[in-house]
Amino acid sequence: MSRRRHSDDSDAGQPHKRRRTSEPSEIEERLESLICRVGEKSNSSLESNLEGLAGVLEADLPNYKSKILRILCTVARLLPEKLTVYTTLVGLLNARNYNFGGEFVEAMIRQLKECLKVSMYHEAVHLVRFLSDLVNCHVIAAPSMVAMFENFVSVTQEEDVPQVRCDWYIFAFMSSLPWVGKELYEKKDAEMDRLLSQTESYLKRRQKIHVPMLQVWTADKPHPQEEYLDCLWSQIQKLKKDRWQERHILRPYLAFDSILCEALQHNLPPFTPPPHTEGSVYPMPRVIFRMFDYTDDPEGPVMPGSHSVERFVIEENLHCIIKSHWKERKTWVVQATLNCALTLCLPFLQVIFAELFQLPSPPHIEVMYTTLLIELCKLQPGSLPQVLAQATEMLYMRLDTMNTTCVDRFINWFSHHLSNFQFRWSWEDWSDCLTQDLEKPKPKFVREVLEKCMRLSYHQRIIDIVPASFSVLSPANPVCIYKYGDESNRSLPGYTVALCLTIAIKNKASNDEIFSILKDVPNPNQDDDDGEGFTFNPLKIEVFVQTLLHLAAKSFSHSFSALAKFHEVFKTLAESDEGKLHVLRVVYEVWKNHPQMIAVLVDKMIRTQIVDCAAVANWIFSSELAHDFTRFYIWEILHSTIRKMNKHVLKIHKELEETKARLARQHKRRDSDDDDDDDDRSSDREDGPLEEQIERLQEKVESAQSEQKNLFLVIFQRFIMLLTEHLVRCETGGIDVFTPWYKSCIERLQQIFLQHHQIIQQYMVTLENLLFTAELDHHILAVFQQFCALQA
Amino acid sequence: CEPAGGGAAMCSGGTLGVLRSDSYAALSQYRDQHFRGTRSEQERLLRRSCTLYVGNLSFYTTEEQIHELFGKSGDIKKVIMGLDKVKKTACGFCFVEYYAREDAENAMRYINGTRLDDRIIRTDWDAGFKEGRQYGRGRSGGQVRDEYRQDYDAGRGGYGKIVQGQ
Repeated sequence: MSRRRHSDDSDAGQPHKRRRTSEPSEIEERLESLICRVGEKSNSSLESNLEGLAGVLEADLPNYKSKILRILCTVARLLPEKLTVYTTLVGLLNARNYNFGGEFVEAMIRQLKECLKVSMYHEAVHLVRFLSDLVNCHVIAAPSMVAMFENFVSVTQEEDVPQVRCDWYIFAFMSSLPWVGKELYEKKDAEMDRLLSQTESYLKRRQKIHVPMLQVWTADKPHPQEEYLDCLWSQIQKLKKDRWQERHILRPYLAFDSILCEALQHNLPPFTPPPHTEGSVYPMPRVIFRMFDYTDDPEGPVMPGSHSVERFVIEENLHCIIKSHWKERKTWVVQATLNCALTLCLPFLQVIFAELFQLPSPPHIEVMYTTLLIELCKLQPGSLPQVLAQATEMLYMRLDTMNTTCVDRFINWFSHHLSNFQFRWSWEDWSDCLTQDLEKPKPKFVREVLEKCMRLSYHQRIIDIVPASFSVLSPANPVCIYKYGDESNRSLPGYTVALCLTIAIKNKASNDEIFSILKDVPNPNQDDDDGEGFTFNPLKIEVFVQTLLHLAAKSFSHSFSALAKFHEVFKTLAESDEGKLHVLRVVYEVWKNHPQMIAVLVDKMIRTQIVDCAAVANWIFSSELAHDFTRFYIWEILHSTIRKMNKHVLKIHKELEETKARLARQHKRRDSDDDDDDDDRSSDREDGPLEEQIERLQEKVESAQSEQKNLFLVIFQRFIMLLTEHLVRCETGGIDVFTPWYKSCIERLQQIFLQHHQIIQQYMVTLENLLFTAELDHHILAVFQQFCALQA
Repeated sequence: CEPAGGGAAMCSGGTLGVLRSDSYAALSQYRDQHFRGTRSEQERLLRRSCTLYVGNLSFYTTEEQIHELFGKSGDIKKVIMGLDKVKKTACGFCFVEYYAREDAENAMRYINGTRLDDRIIRTDWDAGFKEGRQYGRGRSGGQVRDEYRQDYDAGRGGYGKIVQGQ
């Protein structure tokens, strides 16, 4: 094997740039590194590191003040897990340089305003907490902090604003209290009491229609799934009862009390919350996930109770660490174990599962959580796998009341996890599910898990790993079903054409040859075929698609090649809406044992425009698929279809914006060198194609958006039809509405709203006027109302 | 393919070096010696690529399994199985191409170093599939590493080719 010699230089012909070391940026990097690393594992104590760093920064202030300000503001915003380390640092700096302290506070306020303006509410909360902890460090005077909180709480008195706006300001106030409640109460108890009572009355009167939609479990036993503000309020009340004694937060400033209490404090400028505008988008409400409590870990250290503020602080911290280090899984593990003694496995698991099961969606990609748990298992192979198994068992026990979307995620996580541990699991422990109706959540869960496990391995492996008694739940062998395969089928219409096709395709026939073979297929629908043969002919579709898919059954690649090679035939046969639907039906008939194959074929057919998204939606709700309607793969297909539609709209939108920008730049260039205004004609010619392009793209955007809207309308309409049928049947028959099918179906409807909420918000008016009207059964309407409540 | 969006470095502060760290998605030291073009062209392609090389697969791992696992980080455009040049059978590697770079990055962050078919698989950036690159480059037709391997690996044809020849 020869090794080509490459010159180290970049493309030939480019002058070799001389690298000049620029000192200022090196120093800035050094400063950033020093500041970011303080508080990490070190040979010296945190106090001496902070003191040393304060000295270094103080010395650098004359030359690098603005950089230091910027870095400190950024760590306040982006490293909330080290909040008290940095507030202490700022406190020390303020003690040495009063002006700097003042400038820092001003910069923070500016940053807070900016964050609120661009709806970065998550980071704004960190800034508010940081400011409040600066009270503990004698940088900010307590009364001025109370005044800011008074302005926050008064947002609840605003009229005609969304509840989610008020929610955020109350949350920002309450969630700072673990840090600064004690100090504020000591200095301004009357004002604080007033704030707390205003908070309480707001919490009592706010509506909570959204809660059922966001709960992981519909039952409140063994752990209530509380609305996040209610939970936080209980924690704050308990904190107040404990005289604001908070025991978990690390408070380095206590060691420097003698220095800090000598410092002069600053007053926060009066802070007016930016007004609500049409475009303001606030964070969605949440439901707190509770899976463990102190009774679950009898041997470990006592886990803080669910209404203790320590619980809030620990979990906030772990969530922040995930957010900071989500890209670096090893770093996350290190940071998490630094911040939380590893013996406390349960808070980790609770936080990870809380995020994994979060509704509407997890903050990060699902597969990340699987990998984080694997990393934790590697770190603690002696203890964590057992705890994880216990957690899985707990989740299994509560499947009956678990939200369907969360069950999906549980299935994906558990099967992927098992595939990393040789699929070792004590399935017999779950034999109770074998005696239940297969549609019930527990057996359904096991079936879906085994199917996913099979996808990650192979059929025989699954047969081998489960006890014989579980065979009823084992997945089908994923083989193709070819109806023209057997000699015994020769009486089927189209059998001979199928044989013909098979030979032709094996002999590398062209699309035209295929067309001519298919011409001979009679149309069972019409007595007089109109000669052209291009009308909807289900038999043609059947014979062609069955034969082709059967010949290409060997692998995904074979099937994709087949779709590509005979694209023309597909497009022609599936030209009409009925044609598209029938193609999908035949695909299902051939591959119903191999849902994964169905999914990838549908994906390919959408991308190559053999079928469209609406056809897939109609197919999913068709009676042929009723038997598989509650299976996981169906919903994976539907959501993937919706996502493709959404991405398509975004893509064209982006193209349009880019072309508009190009035109604007062109105008600018022309205007700037307008000495040659004789060239008006040529510049019009330049504009022409771009303007035409923009017009075409605008049409494309409109048509794509209309297709998208139509897709959602079709889906919602079909849901309403299906659910109404069931409700009417139950009512007239006097049977209970809440069958496993019904629970699954209504939660699937919720899932559509939740997973695509941003897009659906655009079509609310149409949905309200056309579909979700007052005449609708209240069971179905409730889902729509819950959804509206999410941003109300 | 679609480029990954920049991180959310908004607000006057920007972001921090320590948080920009993305070592799992960074380029490795490996450079395909058969690449036609300059080093810098190669690196430019690697930094923009949506295609991953996947190694240490079992010879029995199927396209379907790969699709299932790698589909967890995003929509897959194509899977190309690596083949023995002589036998034209799977020889333990493949290419996975995504539509969006971000999905490939997530595969590097969360699927690289985990198991498929009980084996720890390894992913790395690839400059882009070209016809011919699906074949092993070892003398016997498989991958080079299987030429010189001394240990017994049931999922990769047993002993290495050199050992087998002895």
